[in-house]
Amino acid sequence: MIPLGYYIGLSAILFTIGVVGVLTLRNAIVIFMSVELMLNSANLALIAFSAYSGDPAGQILVFFVIAVAAAESAVGLAIIIALFRNKLTVNIDEVNVLKW
Amino acid sequence: MSFNYNDMIAVSPILFLSAYSLLLLIVDASLKRPANICYWLTLVGLVVSGFLTVFTYNASGNAFNGMVFTGRFPAFFEIVFVLSAALSVLLSKPYLEKERINFGEYYTLLLFATLGMMIMASARDLMVLFLGLELMSISLYVLAGFVRRDAKSNEASLKYFLLGAFATGFLLYGIALVYGASGTTNLSVILERFSVTQNDPLLWIGAALILVGLSFKISAVPFHMWVPDVYEGSPTTISGFMSTGSKAAAFAALVLVFSYSVHPSWQLQLVIAYLAAFTMVIGNLIALVQTNIKRMLAYSSIAHAGYALVGIAAANSLGRTGVLYYMLAYTFMQIGAFGVVSVLENKEGKYLQISDYEGLANKHPVIAALMALFMFSLAGLPPLAGFFGKYYLFASAVSAQMTWLAVVGVLASVVSVYFYLNVVVSMYFKELPEGSTSVAISKLGATALIIAAAAVIELGLTPGYVVALTERLF
Repeated sequence: MIPLGYYIGLSAILFTIGVVGVLTLRNAIVIFMSVELMLNSANLALIAFSAYSGDPAGQILVFFVIAVAAAESAVGLAIIIALFRNKLTVNIDEVNVLKW
Repeated sequence: MSFNYNDMIAVSPILFLSAYSLLLLIVDASLKRPANICYWLTLVGLVVSGFLTVFTYNASGNAFNGMVFTGRFPAFFEIVFVLSAALSVLLSKPYLEKERINFGEYYTLLLFATLGMMIMASARDLMVLFLGLELMSISLYVLAGFVRRDAKSNEASLKYFLLGAFATGFLLYGIALVYGASGTTNLSVILERFSVTQNDPLLWIGAALILVGLSFKISAVPFHMWVPDVYEGSPTTISGFMSTGSKAAAFAALVLVFSYSVHPSWQLQLVIAYLAAFTMVIGNLIALVQTNIKRMLAYSSIAHAGYALVGIAAANSLGRTGVLYYMLAYTFMQIGAFGVVSVLENKEGKYLQISDYEGLANKHPVIAALMALFMFSLAGLPPLAGFFGKYYLFASAVSAQMTWLAVVGVLASVVSVYFYLNVVVSMYFKELPEGSTSVAISKLGATALIIAAAAVIELGLTPGYVVALTERLF
């Protein structure tokens, strides 16, 4: 059996890739994909912990997270489309009406 | 497994509002011009739900096998959310008609957001906390972008969405790590395990990530970058609702997770204390140079999150009392201030700059007096609600041997007096600009403002009643 640490290590790596993606990339859709990567890395950690401790609560939480993430993507993509209709861009460097 | 009707009664405001908002969604979809009907139905739903909390008040304890926390603490916050939502709805109708975005979905989404806040405040389990937070956030992402043809609103919505989802990622990873360390998502069990395994790094990292996720929601520095942009671009009534309701919900969660469930040890307490100090100082300093009133109120809202964080950092009963009292008081004054802007502003963007308020007292004496009252209360001048809130919070820091934090807080609020009074000076001591026309003030909006103002005065004159209420909450 693969040790628990491997799963947690992988999920930590995925989470870090997601965070770096959000902070460095400039396309709204790719940023959104990075956020999804963060959520899924958390899902991986939850499932690994759940399987190794024999407690199903973590896996049930993952179901909730998947449902919530789906709702979030629906809203998120709608927001990006609304923005694109107005500005014809999804590059967040060009989305800069609001600043001090 | 046990299931009984007492559990149903204990969470009746949440159950009622869930069913009611789903019904409202159907009503909205099946009528031709549903906006006005939805408006009245939303008010009715909020009133009934607020009324139901009275019955849950004495149902102290847990419901649904320890998933949900019931009793006085959630009931108190439910009242805060209902008040915040009801005042926002009252202010919304005239504002939405002015902006020509008076659609029924607005009210349904607002009810869903309120429902999410209620779920957050009664979370006894990290799973419930997560679901409540997401229900609230997703509804607010849509509401922030409700003026779909306006590029500013689109941008506010996009920024709120991307950074909110980013914060959710942190919160969820924190939940995953805490779950791994303690083997459960139940907050009371986590507390028990926590006292045994103090040195588990997984638990610490998890708790820190949860703190980061919630700090985004309360807009603590350094997680505040989205706040001014989102509050400026969103519809003004929604800015008021976000800065009070969603902040109060995140503070309810912070009290449940940090101040109440997991007793903060020395390091975590110090981290929260530093967060509070930075939030108060930076929020107030940047607010000094703002010229747009919505941005100024946004930075002031950041600073107020810092004041309330002092109570969380103190982690004693006085601190919890302070946070709860402050959330109630802050709801009235902040919604009042945003409400005045929403009543005055028009589609051309007039009354969004602080300079537009020059000579307002000559034109609209009542509105100017109300704005001055909210500004005095936000600045924390006695005998208004804001003063007593700050007093309890800073007193809790002193009693927790963190006098330095109280000193920072007092200095920061001295700075804040400048920019709040600046608005008052503009309204009362500046000349009315040539050729300015007066604005038609809607009766509904004025009613909401007067209710908020009465509450600010009342809470300031008799703070003892609410404080006595909050002390018996746990």
